[in-house]
Amino acid sequence: MSQAGAIPSTMTVAVGHANRRNTRDARADGCFRWIVAAAGLFVLIALLGAALSMLWGGREAFGTFGFGFLWSTDWDAVNHKFGAMVPIYGTLVTALIAMLIAVPVSFGIALFLTEVAPNWLRGPVAAAIELLAGIPSIIYGMWGLFVFVPVMGEYVTPWLNDHIGRIPGLGALFTGPPLGIGMLTAGIVLAIMVIPFISSVMREVFLTVPMRLKESAYALGSTTTEVVWDIVLPYTRSAVIGGVFLGLGRALGETMAVTFVLGNAHQLTASLLMPGNSIAATIANEFTEADSDIYRSSLVALGFLLFVVTFFVLAGAKWMLRRMARQEGEK
Amino acid sequence: MIDVQPANAPAAKSVAAAPRAPAVQGETRPAPKMAARGLDFFYDGFRALKNVDFDIAEKRVTALIGPSGCGKSTLLRVFNRIYSIYPGLEAKGDVLLDGENILDPGYSLNRLRSKVGMVFQKPVPFPMSIYDNIAYGIRHHEKLSKSEMDARVEQALTQGALWNEVKDKLRQSALGLSGGQQQRLCIARAIALRPEVLLLDEPTSALDPIATGKIEQLVAELKDHFTIAIVTHNMQQAARCSDFTAFMYLGELVEFGDTETLFTKPAKKQTEDYITGRFG
Amino acid sequence: MSTTSETLYRNRRIKNAIALLLSGAAALFGLFWLVWILWTTLRTGISAMKPGLFTQMTPPPGSDGGLANALFGSLVMSVVAILIGAPIGVAAGTYLAEFARKRPLGEAIRFVNDILLSAPSIVLGLFVYTLVVHTTGHFSGWAGSLALALIVLPVVVRTTDEMLQLVPGQMREAALSLGVPQWKVTLQVLYRSALPGIVTGILLALARISGETAPLLFTALNNQYWTADMSQPMASVPVVIFQYAMSPYDSWHALAWAGAFVVTVFVLLMSLLSRAILLRNKARHD
Repeated sequence: MSQAGAIPSTMTVAVGHANRRNTRDARADGCFRWIVAAAGLFVLIALLGAALSMLWGGREAFGTFGFGFLWSTDWDAVNHKFGAMVPIYGTLVTALIAMLIAVPVSFGIALFLTEVAPNWLRGPVAAAIELLAGIPSIIYGMWGLFVFVPVMGEYVTPWLNDHIGRIPGLGALFTGPPLGIGMLTAGIVLAIMVIPFISSVMREVFLTVPMRLKESAYALGSTTTEVVWDIVLPYTRSAVIGGVFLGLGRALGETMAVTFVLGNAHQLTASLLMPGNSIAATIANEFTEADSDIYRSSLVALGFLLFVVTFFVLAGAKWMLRRMARQEGEK
Repeated sequence: MIDVQPANAPAAKSVAAAPRAPAVQGETRPAPKMAARGLDFFYDGFRALKNVDFDIAEKRVTALIGPSGCGKSTLLRVFNRIYSIYPGLEAKGDVLLDGENILDPGYSLNRLRSKVGMVFQKPVPFPMSIYDNIAYGIRHHEKLSKSEMDARVEQALTQGALWNEVKDKLRQSALGLSGGQQQRLCIARAIALRPEVLLLDEPTSALDPIATGKIEQLVAELKDHFTIAIVTHNMQQAARCSDFTAFMYLGELVEFGDTETLFTKPAKKQTEDYITGRFG
Repeated sequence: MSTTSETLYRNRRIKNAIALLLSGAAALFGLFWLVWILWTTLRTGISAMKPGLFTQMTPPPGSDGGLANALFGSLVMSVVAILIGAPIGVAAGTYLAEFARKRPLGEAIRFVNDILLSAPSIVLGLFVYTLVVHTTGHFSGWAGSLALALIVLPVVVRTTDEMLQLVPGQMREAALSLGVPQWKVTLQVLYRSALPGIVTGILLALARISGETAPLLFTALNNQYWTADMSQPMASVPVVIFQYAMSPYDSWHALAWAGAFVVTVFVLLMSLLSRAILLRNKARHD
């Protein structure tokens, strides 16, 4: 190009080809970019759409009952009076029971898999726990109803009634007919469902603790438990809490495992051995039979409440997990 | 700084200001195939390259050496504008290929990439057969018949000193090759497009000594056909393979000259300190 | 060592032993439930299996029959759900990995995607009900597929994003250095490299939706008869299980167990398959 004189024509042609190919490629790239960006936006729209559609569907209920919807224990299909208190209560109580059982157990499993078990055992046991996570919730429901409930009804509930039901105060939680179904049963089934999730997050997170931190503690003579309690847990604290929130989010929204064993009873009782209801179970059981608009709207409104609660729980989980990741990055 | 105009510098040169040849010792150099003039490079505002003037001589091997973080890879990567796929990176100044400024947005990227090829530190064969790896780039730029393509693939693999080892397993996955073979494949893949310039970014740092030796031998053979620039953190490799060497430090080109002189009688104290291992 | 530090040390050792024992007990506790549930499902399910399961239709109350229409419905709706959800998921995952790795929009989409991933599936069912069933006035297989697609989507987005990010940056650069445009590099080189991971994501999504009940309850509803018409309500195995298990009829209970067995086996097979694919891919690359 810098030489004076004729530039060969083949070279101009080649340059022309290249330039045209460049434009074509650039255009195709732009098109590609738009398509994938649209798909990405679709994800945002999906969530937004879900939230908005339920708010819309529930507007009649919210409009008719107002804030009272939240603490009303009514549930009268004939007189068209509905309230969210019983389902909310059941959702929260079963989730709480599930967490009380699942968190320590998950921690124990994570501890086992990262510090205690010999190497050859770790893989198979971890795989087995993951299998538990993959089992569909309806299987949990079936097993719960046909196998677990009779056991609860024949052995556990009477025992609880006799031994703890007598204690004043606490006993009120454990008095009830030996039905087997109820909030305690549902809580236990939920716990089993949620354990694999929480333990796998904990395990992953425990594994990210740098060896040198643990080694320096061991070198000072710490026992395994002390290393975990004093070093691993504080290091992974945010992520562990995040994992717990993740499990909680799942427990709150679980439908099938709970519907089979909760009893679908619209009554508010203190006893854990009595049947109750949860938001998801109510919707699942009654939606197709809702015979009036206000009935349906109330159910959708319940769905909206569930969505909002799980959204905040899951967002909290993510935030906690991200905090740990950022902490990691800074170290 | 000694300012020397080589006797055979072409009179009518480049679009930019008349080239100011950087400090040079030793023999007169041939005309630069590619050159950077007053090049600055920014990573999100941080100035990683400072006013670099750098020549890549035609059909010679030019090495870039320097301690970690000195900017040698950054400089190399400006020469095929591969940095442009990442946001926040910006180059200012001139980079000339045969006198044309490739940093000009009007300069077609397609054309640049077909004239300047690059090989990376980690051997990255595509998840395809050996044949398809070589043919991949060609297919995008040219329409060839099967026999023409076969010939091109064979030529590229021969030039890349790999043909004899793979001629019977062209349809097998490239992932089955050893590390050294994979890197030679990557070199063959780059030269299959018949570029004029070949940029090698630490091509042997992930390889064992035997594979390294084979590639250094290959580089010596390739310079008959291609202009080569190689970044290396291994000084001995630069001394072994290159005709010209540039020493960089903290984003500046400290010294540039023919390899033998730079390594035996460096003009700058910094260069001498690095070469004798006082830092780095 | 003085006596006090010896006692201290011994106490710590005892505490440690107890804690470790408890952790072992926790693992056993978890495994115990797994074994119990799987054992029950396998045993009761197998005893309820019969050849007619795959050929006979779902029976009226109290009678005997099979699950043919439910199996077919589940198959069709799952496939359609994958056909809808997977391409969008792969595209969105590509956007996140290739164009929005650190950008705020990318972070927002990842955040929302993770919420969608763990959101109660019954909520997604309500969404599709309001969007499709309520507006068109009837339940349909399409609505059911759409609800399932909303469950497939976030799974595929996440795996695609993660798998593409695992592809080494230098492979991208090497392909681009050849002058090949980004869209071609993504389709021909990157997808090929990440394919085992992406396929695994799709298999996992398939496993997940095959067991989902709640989103189908008020979208596809149920259907006692055979239908291949997706604009009609369609039977599905999970919904049939739900209906039959909650009923008072023994014959229906047996069918529910058979259905549960089939679903469990399918899910386990999908998990094993995806694990096998990932292991095989890992072996190839090492």
